[in-house]
Amino acid sequence: MRLELQGITKRFGSLVANDGIDLTFEPGEIHALLGENGAGKSTLMNVLYGLYQPDGGQIVVDGTARTFAGPGEAMAAGIGMVHQHFMLIPVFTVAENVVLGHEPVAGGGLIDLAQARRRVKEISDRFGFDVDPDALVEDLPVGVQQRVEIIKALSRDAEVLILDEPTAVLTPQETDELIGIMRQLKEAGTSVVFITHKLREVRAVADTISVIRRGKVVGTASPQDSEVELASLMVGRSVTLAVEKAPAEPGDATFQVRDLTVLDARGVAVVDDVSFDVRRGEILAIAGVQGNGQTELTETILGLRSPSAGHLLLDGTDLGPLTVGEVIEAGVGFVPEDRTTDGLIASFSIAENLVLDMHTSPQFARAGSLSPAKVAANAATRVQEFDIRAGSVQDPVSTLSGGNQQKVVLAREMSRPLRLLVASQPTRGLDVGSIEFVHKRIVAERDGGTPVIIVSTELDEVLALADRIAVMYRGTIIGTVDGGHAADRDVLGLMMAGVPLEQAREQAAGHHTALAEADEVAAGADPLVAPVQDAPVAPAPAAPVTPTPSTEEER
Amino acid sequence: MTTTAQAPAPAEPQATKPARERGSYLQQVLDSSATTIVVAIVIALVLASLLVVAADPDAQKALVYVFARPSDFFGAAWDAVYSTYSALFRGAIFDPQASGARQIRPITETMVSSVPLIFAGLGLGIGFRSGLFNIGAQGQVLIGAAAGAWVGFAVPMPAGLHVIVVCVAAAVAGGIWAGIAGFLKARTGASEVIVTIMLNSIAAYLVAYLLTTSVLRQPGSTRPITPPVKDTAVMPLLLGDQFRLHLGFLLAILAAVGVWWLMERSTIGFRFRAVGANQDAARTAGIKVTTVYVLVMLVAGGLAGLGGAMQIIGTDKTFQASSAGSIGFDAITVALLGRSRPLGTVLAALLFGALRAGSPLMQTAAGTPIDLVLVIQAVIVLLIAAPPLVRELSLVHWAAVPFGYDRKKAAA
Repeated sequence: MRLELQGITKRFGSLVANDGIDLTFEPGEIHALLGENGAGKSTLMNVLYGLYQPDGGQIVVDGTARTFAGPGEAMAAGIGMVHQHFMLIPVFTVAENVVLGHEPVAGGGLIDLAQARRRVKEISDRFGFDVDPDALVEDLPVGVQQRVEIIKALSRDAEVLILDEPTAVLTPQETDELIGIMRQLKEAGTSVVFITHKLREVRAVADTISVIRRGKVVGTASPQDSEVELASLMVGRSVTLAVEKAPAEPGDATFQVRDLTVLDARGVAVVDDVSFDVRRGEILAIAGVQGNGQTELTETILGLRSPSAGHLLLDGTDLGPLTVGEVIEAGVGFVPEDRTTDGLIASFSIAENLVLDMHTSPQFARAGSLSPAKVAANAATRVQEFDIRAGSVQDPVSTLSGGNQQKVVLAREMSRPLRLLVASQPTRGLDVGSIEFVHKRIVAERDGGTPVIIVSTELDEVLALADRIAVMYRGTIIGTVDGGHAADRDVLGLMMAGVPLEQAREQAAGHHTALAEADEVAAGADPLVAPVQDAPVAPAPAAPVTPTPSTEEER
Repeated sequence: MTTTAQAPAPAEPQATKPARERGSYLQQVLDSSATTIVVAIVIALVLASLLVVAADPDAQKALVYVFARPSDFFGAAWDAVYSTYSALFRGAIFDPQASGARQIRPITETMVSSVPLIFAGLGLGIGFRSGLFNIGAQGQVLIGAAAGAWVGFAVPMPAGLHVIVVCVAAAVAGGIWAGIAGFLKARTGASEVIVTIMLNSIAAYLVAYLLTTSVLRQPGSTRPITPPVKDTAVMPLLLGDQFRLHLGFLLAILAAVGVWWLMERSTIGFRFRAVGANQDAARTAGIKVTTVYVLVMLVAGGLAGLGGAMQIIGTDKTFQASSAGSIGFDAITVALLGRSRPLGTVLAALLFGALRAGSPLMQTAAGTPIDLVLVIQAVIVLLIAAPPLVRELSLVHWAAVPFGYDRKKAAA
């Protein structure tokens, strides 16, 4: 099926989300839509899927113009979509989820579950998905849930499959498997539309790359183009992907975690006997797939949870028994992983949010009375210092973009003298420009002599920032490696999947991911980004810990 | 060479800007909550007038031959509506038929009726803005009134001091009563909605019981009523013996200013609002959410208790089970109508005070049942809960469409 979008325009009030977009999806090709968050990718796909009606332009399927009043009609025309947030019912089985909405009916109006199971089995076998039709969706890992979504689309005879940010929730290994699935689909003649803002993945798998910026198609690129070229197309200016930072000059280990165990409400150890040190002037990154105890670890440092055993020593003081207020008072800066729920109060003004955790400080309050003038003056300083793009500091913080909201959180946490900075997912959902800024500020804080803990599920971010990397898996630290050039993406990926350090090194030496291969190809083709320090382009398979030459190594 | 090309460029935005701004200004005014509330009140009065017409005997008779002589029906309908609302006005605001200073007596009555509503409404507003849906003002008013009455009749004290002690006792009693709910929520996570509703019932029966015992009942009386409070405990009148307006009204205004300072300027109020808007972020910022729950309930209950005391030492002079009337429940409406803001609460309380003060005259002079007031109150609440419905029913909003008002935009 050949699908064309001709001059698609979609407005929300005064905002033009899509502005005359022309795209053609050929049969059997993987077409990547690359763009920053908020560039209009998802809007475009929602138009295509019938969720939004375009204000202009048309959708042409095999030469005939079509309009889709809803997803039902889009599905009937052969368009399937896997949303970023899965549309599955957790307590239903795989088979029930797959047939939901077009259930096969047996005699007496009952759902023909046997047929549903057969359908799942057939598709699952055809692509080697290995999905049990009778498993409950809530019991399945995220990667498998995604396959269920893909089966759901294929079971409705989708000829064009839209994947909206499919790798956001996956481990590196799962991402690798997904890339394999995408290639299989392509061979079977299905077109895949792959929406992402991750440059490496695009280069690994796409046949055609269309870059969207501010609602317009600003160009097409080839997978052979370098990441730097793609990134500058995406953000409209050249960006330095790597964080420019001097080597760490670590001092004393002023923050020490000793034998820390944290239990959840059911009594299960979510942080299990964890010990590590962070030294002054170094960034320790805690890597790992979401849900392996990182959240609980950071919440325990802040005092939101109580440790059931162990100590958190900051300059010799145990933070364990302290309240959140006392921990903040002790000089801990905390950037929560979800800024909208934990970091900011949406209806409060930017100025109020900037003093949220120090509103009682004599700097802003006297005799229990806040001084609006001082709060506003502080806001004016921070807005300038952190380049927060805001109309007025009295506007609600919810009027800011995600990147500027995150800058508000950072500005607040970094505006007091810190003895420890803990930042969880500091750049989640941010555009490239904001990521760059946030990274620079974090490195600046490190250079000021503060011990810094970064928790991130993004390997790119971990590699860009970390001086040392600790990988968490099921509540334990499975291994700690040095950051920078010494860190191997494959080794870290395996450790994130629970393989201990030594074994991970052995396995990584003999195994190359699709992403790494694409890097190699590009590295060979593009001398500009080829690593200078790695003379042999192909890694010697015999050597146990040869770093894979890739552009990432430069970070 | 570029001067000609440059000249129109800066002129263009100047030319289009005022027009766009006027459009958005109109949009802002019509979409504001103040407009919604005013329009809701007007619509409620219009709907109520339909009920007045339907209930009016003359209009009913004229309706039978409405097609033969429509003027009879519309004349009768107009008379009914006019006499109802003019009686309401004369009862609540200004009575031109009275003589001399008594002409302004209705507005002072409105103010008197609004005093307990202002106090209780302010307390509820603090709760709502702090994320606590306190339904227990009725119980807090009752307990505060009972405590105030007891201090008023049972404890002899010099004038001046007595009033102050009565107020403090009422505030403490109301605060503790509400604090129970706050404490239970902080300690056990019990829903404040359910606990405060239950505390209302407990307060009602507790007070009813105490009124049958020697603690509160007047010695020698069989009726469940307390002795009158001592003269030293009575609120000083503001405008002399002709009017019932007492010092409590000024105290209520002062309380409103105090609540404004508390919520908008104080660090405690900052914490209250933070917990109300996003308790996760508040907790992450080091605010003790459970402490805030207890504090909010103490303050809210204290204000409600004061409202109860005002009813006793300002108006009734003695306490019985019906003294609190429906003050606590009306105060919920007042706080909602006032958007939980002090100024809004005072204005809403005055409106409800006016309806309450004017309704007896409306019943006697126009023959309209006093229940009409309840209908008006209910319709106002219903409409302010659904702003889109107000815009749908409002002629003003429809009329503004040709002037660039976008009715759909308001939803966003």
